[in-house]
Amino acid sequence: MSASASPSETIMVLTDLDRKLIELTQAGLPLVARPYHQLAGQMGISADEVMCRLQHMQDCGVIRRIAAVPNHYKLGFRANGMTVWDVDDSEIRRLGPQVGALDFVSHCYQRPRHLPLWSYNFFAMVHGADRDDVQSHIAAIRELLGEHCRAHDVLFSTRILKKTGLRLKARE
Amino acid sequence: MRGSADDNTYQLDQTDRQLLNILQDGFPICERPYLAVAEQVGINEEELIRRIENLLATNYLTRFGPMYHAERMGGGLSLAAMAIPAGDFERVNLIVNSLPEIAHNYERDHAFNMWFVVATEQREDVEATVKKIQALTGYPVYNMPKIEEFYVGLRFAV
Repeated sequence: MSASASPSETIMVLTDLDRKLIELTQAGLPLVARPYHQLAGQMGISADEVMCRLQHMQDCGVIRRIAAVPNHYKLGFRANGMTVWDVDDSEIRRLGPQVGALDFVSHCYQRPRHLPLWSYNFFAMVHGADRDDVQSHIAAIRELLGEHCRAHDVLFSTRILKKTGLRLKARE
Repeated sequence: MRGSADDNTYQLDQTDRQLLNILQDGFPICERPYLAVAEQVGINEEELIRRIENLLATNYLTRFGPMYHAERMGGGLSLAAMAIPAGDFERVNLIVNSLPEIAHNYERDHAFNMWFVVATEQREDVEATVKKIQALTGYPVYNMPKIEEFYVGLRFAV
């Protein structure tokens, strides 16, 4: 799950078939016994070809994985805090994967600072049952970062202003 | 075990929990993938499909299918923030949300009170979108594209 375990940051050139496949599966995989065959029927190609393209996109990292995305709110993780940290640049590549490996962290990135207003260069999305739970997770991250962290903060969302899925237009 | 979209009362049973844990990790690419997973759990294929339908209908799952990685397709993706005075927030919100390049937008309890994800078909269009928002709203946009990704996953043990 560390950065080194992921495929290299290359861009895969999508074929028209790939784009069509992405378009057809953006809403989800068909819930039928032979889902890849159903997609093949819609596209007028063989099921083998559908499976081959999906496997290739997964191998290239265009598909992270085929999986269920749980509604964390409904599962009892009601507090989600965007935690932000000012971490030594020289240590961030070593410490980042360690924070990412914590089971309450779902996303973890290095991002640019905007000094003097914004000194935080490390972001970790933390999930908990409530805000107290999130605060205890923050304490755990603080301890892990130790002397390499100068300051941190947590931003809770107060309102979802917009939420749309991935959009990809098929090239005609 | 049936539930409808507005059914907030459906409670997960042990098999649902097992499925939620297994299905977060991945799903096979083969002729009958539901059968393969069903056998692993010890139920039949039809029941597995029915249970996934139910988990989607009762909103325990937001989605089931391939999780795409926009940047690997050549598109642009970034997180950006703005610090907007309370009295002007709704005006700026309307402008930002009207742009199709804005995928998600959240209000957060901080001086940087608006945080949105910019997703574009071409990598170079992120910067143009940021400039456009600055011009339309009159406030600076702090663009924070990722430098390094250490982990992305939503793995909840239930």
